[in-house]
Amino acid sequence: MADRHIDCKGLRCPMPIVKVGQAMNELTPGQTLSVEADDPVFGPDLAAWVEITGNELVEYHDGPPQRALLRKRVK
Amino acid sequence: MGSGIVVHSDQSASMAQLQEALAQVKTRLDLVEEALQPRCQHVTIVAFSGDMDRLYAALAIATGAAAMGMKVSVFFTFWGLNAIRKRRVLKGKGLCQALISLLLPSGPHHLPTSRFNMLGIGPRFFGYLMRKGRLSNVPGLIETARQAGVRLVACQNTVELMGIRPDELIEGIEFGGVATYLMDAARSKVSLFI
Repeated sequence: MADRHIDCKGLRCPMPIVKVGQAMNELTPGQTLSVEADDPVFGPDLAAWVEITGNELVEYHDGPPQRALLRKRVK
Repeated sequence: MGSGIVVHSDQSASMAQLQEALAQVKTRLDLVEEALQPRCQHVTIVAFSGDMDRLYAALAIATGAAAMGMKVSVFFTFWGLNAIRKRRVLKGKGLCQALISLLLPSGPHHLPTSRFNMLGIGPRFFGYLMRKGRLSNVPGLIETARQAGVRLVACQNTVELMGIRPDELIEGIEFGGVATYLMDAARSKVSLFI
């Protein structure tokens, strides 16, 4: 079980990434966040988000809806 | 940052001094490496256009960048100021400025599109499609940007030129000039003029 879950279904770019960013800010390092989305570009956008923010993408299942599990970076 | 590291070249430099100097170098190197991370980059956008579609693109990039942890500034000038106006005030304005106020759209809910405007039919049509496609809109993105800590700056010169009073703008707007823009733009790898 993730420490927090957010539902981004129905939201379109850039809102799913914005919600992921907001939710991640409220977590402490090492905690996990699960996300569900159905924006067609959520996959590539999330990959870029992970690359830039340095957080970890633990799991990703393509959809729709896409499901992702993220872990907040420790350092 | 900026404190000089002094290591005396004579042989009296003790091991402890060298270790301390090394620790300082390491600390500063960590700071430099951290600053080079993409998440520490700045994004600066000039919102010059008052077209709904262009402003939408500018603000989608701004909010997206903020979600990535980047520091974002959006500078509103000329027609772009329509995105951050909340109401139209005519009282107390001279003839020219009142005329500009009347000719400008009344706020971010009534922006024209850059193409297919067709006397205002286009924006309604696109507004309908965007709601149906569950896309955000310009006022929604402004609010998201503000909550995400995006720096929203109104160009002082053009605010005055267009006769816009500060109380016509939404809350949380800073005022700045060219130097304010350049200071942020100089630190930004991503710098856009839209």
